[in-house]
Amino acid sequence: MNLNIETRNEVIIIYVNEERLDAHNSGDLKSEMQRLFEEGTKNILVDLHDVRFIDSSGLGALVSGFKNAISHQGNLKLSTLQTQVKSMFELTRLHRVFEIFPSTAEALENF
Amino acid sequence: MEKRAIEIDIKVPNQTRYLSLIGRIGEDLAKELDKYCGDRETLAYHINLVLTEAMVNAIKYANAEDPDKMVHIIITIADNELIIRVYDNGQGFDINSIPPPDFEKLEDRGRGVFIIKSLMDSVRYHAVEGGNVLEMTKRLQ
Repeated sequence: MNLNIETRNEVIIIYVNEERLDAHNSGDLKSEMQRLFEEGTKNILVDLHDVRFIDSSGLGALVSGFKNAISHQGNLKLSTLQTQVKSMFELTRLHRVFEIFPSTAEALENF
Repeated sequence: MEKRAIEIDIKVPNQTRYLSLIGRIGEDLAKELDKYCGDRETLAYHINLVLTEAMVNAIKYANAEDPDKMVHIIITIADNELIIRVYDNGQGFDINSIPPPDFEKLEDRGRGVFIIKSLMDSVRYHAVEGGNVLEMTKRLQ
């Protein structure tokens, strides 16, 4: 899976450079977030700008990251969701769980 | 015999690397439904999604991730409905016994069947010779 990782203001930004976040590749994102939290990272922002399609496994990987954040006293937030991706969070009520920001910059201001 | 405008019959190995290919075929097909009066882009996304979810069920659960098995998909467009059938060679499961997700609990899994049932008009899973079929129908009018 193609992920770009960058640190800004003590927040690790994971850019998911994939058109699809699905059962084929979401395990990689899940393990990467797990590794980062285990290494002591407190704040992760997952930027989904490039992701046009997400399935229940992709949502599940983000839920897993969110739970990992809580168990490590950290935060996991999301930014730049495309319309159809956002509608999947709404369908599964996960928009009530995640803090979702329209841009990377706005998300970074809210850690 | 029922008049059928289009029927696409595909078999792919039981591997998640084919999800994108099959999802894209479903999506492209939905975009061609010029009789559909709703939002075709959204319909196309939903068809991609239910195909992906149904294939993952077949690959991971029914066919127990055996890479030598095959997943068989038939997409039919009849006059006013789109029917997707995803066949597996597994033991089967009772789709009606799967509870909807508990929105208050944060589980990693358990949203796939809920998504399929939410986006399609009817969903049935039943035994056929050599396995089972998940049959999902979307009315187009």
